[in-house]
Amino acid sequence: MHAFNYHRPSSVNDAAALAAKQAEGKLLAGGQSLVQAMKLRLASPSDLIDLGAIGDLKGIKVDGGSVSIGAMTRHAEVAGSAEVKKAIPALAYLASQIGDRQVRNMGTLGGSLANADPAADYPAAVLGLGATVVTNKRKIAADDFFKGLYETALQPGEIITQVSFPAPKRAAYVKFKNPASRFAIVGVFVADTGKGVRVAVTGAGPSVFRVADMEKALGAKFAPDAVAGIKVKADGLNTDLHASAEYRAHLVTVMAKRAVEAALK
Amino acid sequence: MSAVPDRVHMTLRVNGEDQPVSFAPYKTLLEVLREDLGLTGTKHGCELGECGACTVLVDGEPLLSCLELAVDCEGREIQTVEGLASGTELHPLQAAFADHGGSQCGYCTSGMLMTAKALLDREPAPSRERIKEAISGNLCRCTGYQQIWEAIEDAARVMREGKE
Repeated sequence: MHAFNYHRPSSVNDAAALAAKQAEGKLLAGGQSLVQAMKLRLASPSDLIDLGAIGDLKGIKVDGGSVSIGAMTRHAEVAGSAEVKKAIPALAYLASQIGDRQVRNMGTLGGSLANADPAADYPAAVLGLGATVVTNKRKIAADDFFKGLYETALQPGEIITQVSFPAPKRAAYVKFKNPASRFAIVGVFVADTGKGVRVAVTGAGPSVFRVADMEKALGAKFAPDAVAGIKVKADGLNTDLHASAEYRAHLVTVMAKRAVEAALK
Repeated sequence: MSAVPDRVHMTLRVNGEDQPVSFAPYKTLLEVLREDLGLTGTKHGCELGECGACTVLVDGEPLLSCLELAVDCEGREIQTVEGLASGTELHPLQAAFADHGGSQCGYCTSGMLMTAKALLDREPAPSRERIKEAISGNLCRCTGYQQIWEAIEDAARVMREGKE
C-alpha cells in the first residue's frame, strides 16, 4: 500500500482533533471498503486515524424499547448478539447476511453508514427502523442522514459514535443478493413500528430510499398482497452489469412482498 | 504533512510465539507475515477482500489479512497455516484436504484451511450447509468445492473421534 501516517487515538475527542488537523486524512473503521479503495488508489489519504482502540465506540446496549450499537461494533457481534436477536431479530438477521464471515469479523456498523455504499445492507435497517445516528456533535434522524451516492449528512471530521434503533412491533429484511459479493442488488427492510409502517429500499437507487405508497398500503393492511400491485418507477434507479433499472424496480415489489411475509412469521 | 515514520517496532504473537518485528506502519498483516516474518504460506490473492486466499485467524476468528493493518494486531493471537501441523503430524484438516483432493493448485488452500479450522473449533459437527456458508468467502477455481466440503466433513469426523 502507499505510505501514510498512522494514528491510533484512544478517545473520540482525540480522534476528532486529529481529523480536524489532517485535511487529507481519513477515519479507519473496519477497513473493508477504505483499505480496498486505497489499494485501488481511489483513495490516498495522507493519514489514517484508526478508531479501533476507542472502547467507547464498541458494544451493544438494549434499553427498554431501543437497541444502541456502538459505531465500531463488528457485523458478527450484531449477528450473534442474543440481545439484538431478542429485541430486533430482523437487525441481527440483516447483519448475518452481510458479506462473508471474514468481512463480518472486520466490518463495522459505523463504517458501513459513513461509507453509504448504495448496495450496503445496514442503511436499509437504519432508514427502515427510523433509527437515530449519534455523532460526536449531534443526533441525526435516519431520514436526514442519507443524502445520495456515498453521501451522508456527516461533516468532515464528524465521527459516528453509535446508532440507536427503536424496536418495532415486527420487521423483516429480505434481499436479492449478488451471489459473489452478497451485496444487495435490491434489499427491502419493512418495519411495523407501532407509529406507522416504514419501507426502506437499498441497492436499487444511488442511496437508500423509502416507498411512501407501500408504507400507506401496509398501514391500512399489513399483508404481502397489500404491496403486490405497487410498482416503483425505474427512472433514476441503478443499472449495472448485474441488473437493469427496470429489473431492480421489479425486484423492489417482489422483495417488499417477501419482507412483509417474513415479518408476519 | 509530517514525515511518515520508516518503521514501527512491536511484538506480534504468531502461532503461539512472540515475534519481535519491525515494519513500515502502512503494511498490511499479510505483507508483514510474508515479507517480515517469512511466513509465505498465507497467499496474496485479489488484495481486495474478495477471494479469501489471505485468510488468517486473529483471536480465533477468520479475517482478511490483506485488509487488516499489521499495527492493529499487537497483543492479538494470530494463527496462520504454518501453525496448523504439530511437528511432523498434519492437522486433520490438512490430511483430509490431501486425501480428498481438496487442494489442487493450492493457492486457496491455506485460506480454506484457516476458515475451516475456525468453523470446526466452534462447531465440531457442522452440516454441509453450514460448511458451505462458512467457506463462502473463500474462492476456489479448481475443485468445484465438492472435494473441499468432503474434506472438511471428514476432518470434523476425525477430530470428533480423536476427542472421544
